[in-house]
Amino acid sequence: MIDNIKILLRQGKQYIPDVTHAKVPGIFRGRPVISKETIDENALVELCPTEAITGSPVCIDLGRCAFCGECAFAFPDKIKFTTDYKISTNERERLITKDGEDKTIELNPDIIRTEISKYFSGSIKLRQVSAGGDNSCELELNACGNVNFDMGRYGIEFVASPRHSDGIVITGPITENMAVPLQICYDAIPEPKIIILAGTDAISGGIFDGSPALNRNFLTMHKIDLFVPGNPVHPLTFITGILELIRKR
Amino acid sequence: MIKHIRIKNNSTVSLWDIPLLNYEDLLEQSISLLQDESCHCVNYFGYPHRDQLILICCIANDREHLITISSSVINFNSVLPSFTHHHLAFHLFEREIHENFGIKYSDHPWLKPVRYPFSRADKNSRIENYPFYAIESEEVHEVGVGPIHAGIIEPGHFRFICDGEQILHLEIQLGYQHRGTEQLFLKKNNLLQRTHFAESIAGDTVAGHTTAFVNLWESLCNYDAEDHLQFSRTLALELERIAIHTGDLSALCTDIAYQLGSAVFGRLRTPVINYFQRWCGNRLGKGLIRAGKNNYPFTKQLGDPLKRLFDEYERDFIEMYDEFKTLPSVLARLEKTGTVTKEQAASIGTVGMAAKMSGIPRDIRVSHPHDWYERMNHEPVIKHYGDVYSRTQIRKEEILQSIEIIRNMIKSIPPENKKRKELSFPAPDLFGISLVEGWRGEICHCAITGENGNLVHYKVKDPSFHNWLALALAVRNNEISDFPVCNKSFNLSYCGHDL
Repeated sequence: MIDNIKILLRQGKQYIPDVTHAKVPGIFRGRPVISKETIDENALVELCPTEAITGSPVCIDLGRCAFCGECAFAFPDKIKFTTDYKISTNERERLITKDGEDKTIELNPDIIRTEISKYFSGSIKLRQVSAGGDNSCELELNACGNVNFDMGRYGIEFVASPRHSDGIVITGPITENMAVPLQICYDAIPEPKIIILAGTDAISGGIFDGSPALNRNFLTMHKIDLFVPGNPVHPLTFITGILELIRKR
Repeated sequence: MIKHIRIKNNSTVSLWDIPLLNYEDLLEQSISLLQDESCHCVNYFGYPHRDQLILICCIANDREHLITISSSVINFNSVLPSFTHHHLAFHLFEREIHENFGIKYSDHPWLKPVRYPFSRADKNSRIENYPFYAIESEEVHEVGVGPIHAGIIEPGHFRFICDGEQILHLEIQLGYQHRGTEQLFLKKNNLLQRTHFAESIAGDTVAGHTTAFVNLWESLCNYDAEDHLQFSRTLALELERIAIHTGDLSALCTDIAYQLGSAVFGRLRTPVINYFQRWCGNRLGKGLIRAGKNNYPFTKQLGDPLKRLFDEYERDFIEMYDEFKTLPSVLARLEKTGTVTKEQAASIGTVGMAAKMSGIPRDIRVSHPHDWYERMNHEPVIKHYGDVYSRTQIRKEEILQSIEIIRNMIKSIPPENKKRKELSFPAPDLFGISLVEGWRGEICHCAITGENGNLVHYKVKDPSFHNWLALALAVRNNEISDFPVCNKSFNLSYCGHDL
């Protein structure tokens, strides 16, 4: 017992005090900034492995971007990735970064359903479904609850049953073989409920877009409440995104 | 009679030099090779070519550091005697050949679906109708778990047959994660896209699978990776091992409700994966490993903080582990739980931790070394009881061993060659194989190029492919409440299996 307490004391406080103003260590690739520099646009568009970049004007769709950073290596004066991790939003178009713009990505308050802040602002319980996820987003969603990120202090938690949850967090490009279980899980969540897509694979299919092994019909049938880009999502992107979505307005 | 060609890890052979045997001879030869304890099958798969199916069998000899390649051609409507009838380690390879191409086996004991791929031969075979084994009795009951599990974890279905609280039988049904990865390797033909697929085979084994891919690709292109590239890949593999093993120890503590261990091991993983971010901008190492280049050269400026990181990590880790292993309530849950005997492990061909836990010294870092491992005298950590505690101890000892490996490596960081030669294109009509010891165990990638050097077949094998059956055997006669801790102690990959 005494040894346990010693360890506890030695470990001290490990949590990030303010997740909305944290500084991520190292060279994290967050929100990109595209300059007005003239470059060979076709070469840039061709380079992107997930077709996230389109030309005239140059845009990067963070819902498709795999955050590999190859474009920033090939065209360092054109594209730079900043360490801004607050890139979640509730409107698909807001994930598209345009050339010459350097503005933060925010949620569109006009399209947040009123019941979300009414019911969930103090606490939200989520069910996670991996539907072809490669276990990287899953690892990061688990990390959201560890002693460093400690999402639980905001009342945000993952729960074991859809019956206990207020929404679903989907990772992975949604495989044909998971299409039915995903729908069953969603149906089992009581109303009102939200849908969050976590990671590039979930938002657009990512590198797997177009694979005959996928079935993404679920997404055409339901409104998505939050898009959390990343490959995998960073825990800070996820937590700050949800806090923005559920806060009292 | 022996007809085969033997090659080293990460080398290629012309397709026309692979001896073609008739099927019965391939069977006899493969079975006789496996009589030798130091041999095991690392891959056996079918490759469709002009209305026929070419079977390619790769058997690694760990003592002689060579891989035996041989092949046979069969018709799609064949009914064949199975390898599995003679050696169980082939069971999943043959089930895969059956599922993908409709080849029938006359004496396969367990010819069930593997992963329900979109391209399966029998489209009437549906994931909802998996043919589970059943026992007709009023005294047993079945428990179904999944595909969606209680935690944040990938999907798979577990069907238990229990007598009261005791598990008599567990059958694991996978396939929910199938994304068509192997086919996409061929469909998308640019190198960067293919590297992304390799990184996404299993997002917890980015360094493992990507190293296998780039080593294989470079060997097809006849490209010798310089020291600096080899150094970075090896360093990434060992960092990944430390990170995931630490996270697994945390999860094991969670499953036995030891809160302090869960919190401390969980937090100790953070600086290691944050270090990956510092090095390459991604906490799981995505973007780091590339064929013929390295966007993030490893420098002394990166080496010094890594050394400091592990000095602090090691102190805290040992303090926590020493406390953990003295607690009777911890040991009671881990010791003699989920045991797999050496005979079982050998017969089903387990790899990595699932082999080392039962006294089988199977480790690619020793048997088929690549990259920086060729310069080390690596000694695998071996345990003998095959239980949850053995798998826990392997993690702990491998973490400390990997820290030593990294400390030694960063004493002399090879300089980056700024004028490295350009990667060319793969040569035509080649077969290549790459083996890597990922944190879970042996990863095997095989590739075949066509007449103009384009990729015509790509085969991925994650260590989980062999090891899922070990989990099913481990839980027999255990209480069903011990299933979570058994499952976590293996921590196998769903997407790596389903591809």
